[in-house]
Amino acid sequence: MQPSETTVDPAEVAKFEAMAAEWWDPHGKFKPLHMLNPCRLDYITTQIAGEFDRDLNAPNPFQGLRILDIGCGGGLLCEPMARLGATVVGVDAAARNIPVAEAHARQSGLDIDYRFGTAEELAENGEVFDIVLNMEVVEHVADPLAYLTACQRLLRPGGLMVCSTINRNPKSFAMAIVGAEYVMRWLPKGTHEWSKFITPDELYALIANAGLEPVDRKGFVFNPITWGWKLSDRDLSVNYVTASIKSA
Amino acid sequence: MGCMVQDRYLRPVLQAAVDKNDHIDYFPNIKIQSHQCTAECANVTTDAGQDYTGKLLIAAEGRQSATATRAGIRRKGWDYGQSALVCAIEHENPHNATAYQYFMPQGPLAILPLTNNRSSIVWSETHERANDIMQLDDAAYLSVLRPRFGDFLGDIKLAGKRYKYPLSLSIAEEFVKPRFALIGDAAHGIHPIAGQGLNAGLKDIAALCHVLQDAHHRGENIGAIDVLERYQEWRRFDVNLLALATDGFNKLFSNSNALLRAGRALGLGIVNQMPKMRRSFIREAAGLGTKDLPYLMR
Ligand SMILES: Cc1cc2nc3c(=O)[nH]c(=O)nc-3n(C[C@H](O)[C@H](O)[C@H](O)COP(=O)(O)OP(=O)(O)OC[C@H]3O[C@@H](n4cnc5c(N)ncnc54)[C@H](O)[C@@H]3O)c2cc1C
Ligand SMILES: C[S@@+](CC[C@H](N)C(=O)[O-])C[C@H]1O[C@@H](n2cnc3c(N)ncnc32)[C@H](O)[C@@H]1O
Repeated sequence: MQPSETTVDPAEVAKFEAMAAEWWDPHGKFKPLHMLNPCRLDYITTQIAGEFDRDLNAPNPFQGLRILDIGCGGGLLCEPMARLGATVVGVDAAARNIPVAEAHARQSGLDIDYRFGTAEELAENGEVFDIVLNMEVVEHVADPLAYLTACQRLLRPGGLMVCSTINRNPKSFAMAIVGAEYVMRWLPKGTHEWSKFITPDELYALIANAGLEPVDRKGFVFNPITWGWKLSDRDLSVNYVTASIKSA
Repeated sequence: MGCMVQDRYLRPVLQAAVDKNDHIDYFPNIKIQSHQCTAECANVTTDAGQDYTGKLLIAAEGRQSATATRAGIRRKGWDYGQSALVCAIEHENPHNATAYQYFMPQGPLAILPLTNNRSSIVWSETHERANDIMQLDDAAYLSVLRPRFGDFLGDIKLAGKRYKYPLSLSIAEEFVKPRFALIGDAAHGIHPIAGQGLNAGLKDIAALCHVLQDAHHRGENIGAIDVLERYQEWRRFDVNLLALATDGFNKLFSNSNALLRAGRALGLGIVNQMPKMRRSFIREAAGLGTKDLPYLMR
């Protein structure tokens, strides 16, 4: 068995290969992720600070924490984590993302370990992390349960996984596919395949089956008037995020 | 409505706060001569030949900000065709800590209370008349001022130097560039009729601090344009509204048409009666509900 081939969907990864150069253009193809970034960073930093008892007002609050950003793309989340003092490894299954991410980190004066690969490979090699960031990836993989199980193996006992994705219902279809891909031209067509989307309850079940304990979930809600994103306790109808713990 | 504080009392207090803060290195009496903002850092060179480097350059150079011009930021606005004459006066009767604003056909006259029986006068005239009035000696200057003033404060005399400032509106088309932000009059010089110049600058500072603090806590790059644009979005609406309001006020009150004058009295009455409503309306319109106030203003 070749573990590296179990969860990668080659057609999905090829889509990201084709757009690699645009990762850091805030008005380019990844504009939705740039716009979502403040909101999801609020969630990620609060979860980490809470779980590992860190004070965000202190200098380098995440010093000593080892973070894996799986499906890191251009490193939109790796860089903030490194800036907060964490030791960051960014891994992506699309080879072209790696030099793009490396070049940008160099420009930002940040030291980040970017690697071409998969969660399965890292787990096979016995890598262990305090935190796994798993953001907007699970809807692109071939076998979500196997993929999440690999992520679980990468966490040390007491470790935290933050996982976000898109819900599956008529509204998310309208918003994410018709809205973002066609109407607002935020995303190139074909970035998202609706049938792969996962409901919050399905994700909670998958995470539990993978051996983690889901502890929190929130919605990311887009406000067309302020043209920005907000966290919501109740509205998980389109984009949402979860936190889960590996029991000690 | 607020407090009137003379800037000569404000300055030493602010200076003392700066001196006390270990995080601030203060270099008085030097000028920024050139600057460079790159993806990595912002860099300035002073007329004393020193170089300083940081993550973000903030220009608070007033409405003629040379750094903003060098950064390629254009300004929009116009000359109001008026100059403000400014002086301090001493008067016989107490001012009861009340600010007065008279709307004269030539432009507004503001009487702002200072300590003891003294007030600061801001008085608008056409450029031509203002120039003529500035040529007069003190006695003649006062004789022009007295009739406008009425006699409710008793006799008046000058209590300091006389100044003249041309009035104009000057708003920067952009408040930010990568690693660069404008605050205060460098971003927006408005008509002094509403006495909102300082407040508008303080709001800029509060909004910018809020945006930078949040970005810093998230691990974002505080000099990145998408971070700085949040500050710009936040302030631009408020500033444009203020510019329009002061502009409208000035046009309305500087007109000698009798009909307009009647309308003015009516309009002002309504505005005065509804300050709360108006404020909350404007706040909402600006997306500044109480919970959306910057941290420093909560
Ligand atoms: C007649 C008149 C009456 C007014 N009345 C009121 C009032 O009653 N209430 C009110 O709130 N506002 C009033 N204002 C407006 C108020 O004065 C301004 O809004 C306020 O001063 C703006 O502050 P600032 O710090 O942004 O700019 P400024 O006060 O213009 O300060 C800019 C500073 O930057 C320095 N500088 C410029 N270039 C450089 C450089 N290259 N290197 C280093 N330093 C540099 C300058 O020397 C100056 O010290 C009035 C204005 C006028 C003209
Ligand atoms: C929508 S992007 C999200 C990027 C990044 N996590 C973010 O949120 O900014 C999805 C990324 O996951 C990568 N990817 C897809 N399948 C993967 C897999 N099985 N293992 C690792 N990365 C994968 C893609 O190449 C792409 O860079």
